[in-house]
Amino acid sequence: MSSITVYVPRDSAALAAGANRVARRIAEEAAARGVDIQLVRNGSRGLFWLEPLVEVATPAGRIAYGPVTPDDVAGLFDAGFATGGAHALNLGLTDEIPYLKKQERLTFARMGITDPVSLADYEAHEGYAGLRQALALAPEAVVQQVLDSGLRGRGGAAFPAGIKWKTVLATPADQKYIVCNADEGDSGTFSDRMTMEGDPFVLIEGMTIAGIATGATRGYIYVRSEYPHAIAALNEAIGHATAAGYLGADVLGSGKAFVLEVRKGAGSYVCGEETALLESLEGKRGIVRAKPPLPAITGLFGKPTLINNVITLASVPIILARGAAFYRDYGMGRSRGTLPIQLAGNIKHGGLVERAFGVTLRELLYDYGGGSATGRPIKAVQVGGPLGAYVPPSQWDLPLDYEAFAAVGATVGHGGIVVHDDTADLSVMARYAMEFCAIESCGKCTPCRIGSTRGVEVIDKIRADQNRAQQVILLRDLCDTMVHGSLCAMGGMTPFPVLSALNHFPQDFGLVVPDRAAA
Amino acid sequence: MTVPLPATHADPSAVLQGVLERHAGELGALLPILHDVQDALGHIPKHIVPEIATALNLSRAEVHGVVTYYHHFREQPAARHVIQICRAEACQSMGAEALLAHAQLHLGCGAHGTSKDGVFTLEPAYCLGLCASSPAMTLDDELHARVTPKTFDALVAQARSEA
Repeated sequence: MSSITVYVPRDSAALAAGANRVARRIAEEAAARGVDIQLVRNGSRGLFWLEPLVEVATPAGRIAYGPVTPDDVAGLFDAGFATGGAHALNLGLTDEIPYLKKQERLTFARMGITDPVSLADYEAHEGYAGLRQALALAPEAVVQQVLDSGLRGRGGAAFPAGIKWKTVLATPADQKYIVCNADEGDSGTFSDRMTMEGDPFVLIEGMTIAGIATGATRGYIYVRSEYPHAIAALNEAIGHATAAGYLGADVLGSGKAFVLEVRKGAGSYVCGEETALLESLEGKRGIVRAKPPLPAITGLFGKPTLINNVITLASVPIILARGAAFYRDYGMGRSRGTLPIQLAGNIKHGGLVERAFGVTLRELLYDYGGGSATGRPIKAVQVGGPLGAYVPPSQWDLPLDYEAFAAVGATVGHGGIVVHDDTADLSVMARYAMEFCAIESCGKCTPCRIGSTRGVEVIDKIRADQNRAQQVILLRDLCDTMVHGSLCAMGGMTPFPVLSALNHFPQDFGLVVPDRAAA
Repeated sequence: MTVPLPATHADPSAVLQGVLERHAGELGALLPILHDVQDALGHIPKHIVPEIATALNLSRAEVHGVVTYYHHFREQPAARHVIQICRAEACQSMGAEALLAHAQLHLGCGAHGTSKDGVFTLEPAYCLGLCASSPAMTLDDELHARVTPKTFDALVAQARSEA
């Protein structure tokens, strides 16, 4: 009997659901029964309510079973799961699961399919086609591809990636750097983590292309300390890429050097802000720098530095491999390409949904998400992390598009969507936004450092009905100061969740607004 | 977050010398050095701060500033087991605040505190990246998703029996 390939994810979310125990039981059970299996620890498909999602390769395609507990394993073998046998947990062909089938996976094309740390697997799935293209082009032409693709910074700010690349290329220096911002601290986001754990080579390839295009010979990936599995997968993949000549002094014999190093953060949210991150990489406190100078001109150690988020850099290989037009043809308006959207919080089917821009929140929440996990009505969703607005049902038909969201005072951000059911008290969430800002503020500018603490106090007074009407005016005034007076998005955007909660859910603050229907 | 057992028998200065040699000549080496020291010793003892400062040609204030700025670094050893409970928005939407309150009651300590029996350090975390499997926590190096007060108690009991 030939060997059967069984897949058990190594993604953190699968591990947290017991994937290691399941993998161990499968290996034991196979050995006990004399079944020859090859166990592959793949990335996650991103269907987290089904984790651990075990797959088996059959002639018809991969068949999924989930969620599998260690106690299910013996029964799965009894049912002949290794050849796709019928079982209560059998979900059919993985690719036919509607949640997955309806997606447009470009950046996440390999996610859950390959062995994350197998270079051969990566190469067999279009891996390094982008770098080979880049090496055949002049640096200016590579940058032009990124510009033409319409790719914007996926970390949240949505700044056109190609402009940053062009600036770094055009700034002469004896040393330039590529820095990957992998300090994914926003609640409700996990696409960076999934990429690093489930397809680390795509990030490495993206950064290598960036180095070749801009003339940078050294790269750093700044990963938050909360992501040990991502750090381990990246280090292993960097080792393989270096050994195979994809990294090092002479990338694929091109004569161009690019070396890559993983640096671990230390639990500071504000280090996700690019200039604070650079300070941290330099070995200092993660204090935000004033801009200008731009990091693209004076960045890490005072040198021109291209700093992009994980998903931005991981989207580059497919742009180079298939061409800018291929990528640009997805999306709408000035939001081109796809966004790996993360459905999180109180949602029945939480996970990763990569779709072209233009999809609506309602589609995501109900067609993919299946409504709330608790079965109660969804009251509000926070889009774009702790600094994103709470979006009420009246705005769920807006297309996911940077400009459409900005027009209603919301943000797409990093594409994280946190769902709250009708038991949520939005005044509590508003207070938490201020509290979080007070905990994580770097302290450099006054509106953020002091404003956040005053914000907590003012919201407490509103909640306790101490001069409520007056305190609401004070809160709005404070938010205005924070928005316009803060040095970075930490203080500058904390008012987004606060004011959206106040505006859309005034009843939670004890306010009665007779001429306005509560959202 | 890697939370090693405090190796109290290790000589901090000897550990530091090894770490400094490993990172000699590295640009911006302070954070990697502090990580290595904490991984080896369980915390960053105050008395080695001047040694680090001298080696990197920094002031003691600069090194102290970095150690105390980042939530990850500890100046005091943690208890044998470290529990982190995520209290970011996604976990809150699935009852993280109630879970944290339960943990505090069960362990007899506040957030950032050490349990009455001295076995557990309890810390709030701000996102473990398990936002679609909330509420989430870590017990030492192990991640746990969809944690209920009941599963919390079971995890704690198991860790306690191994202590």
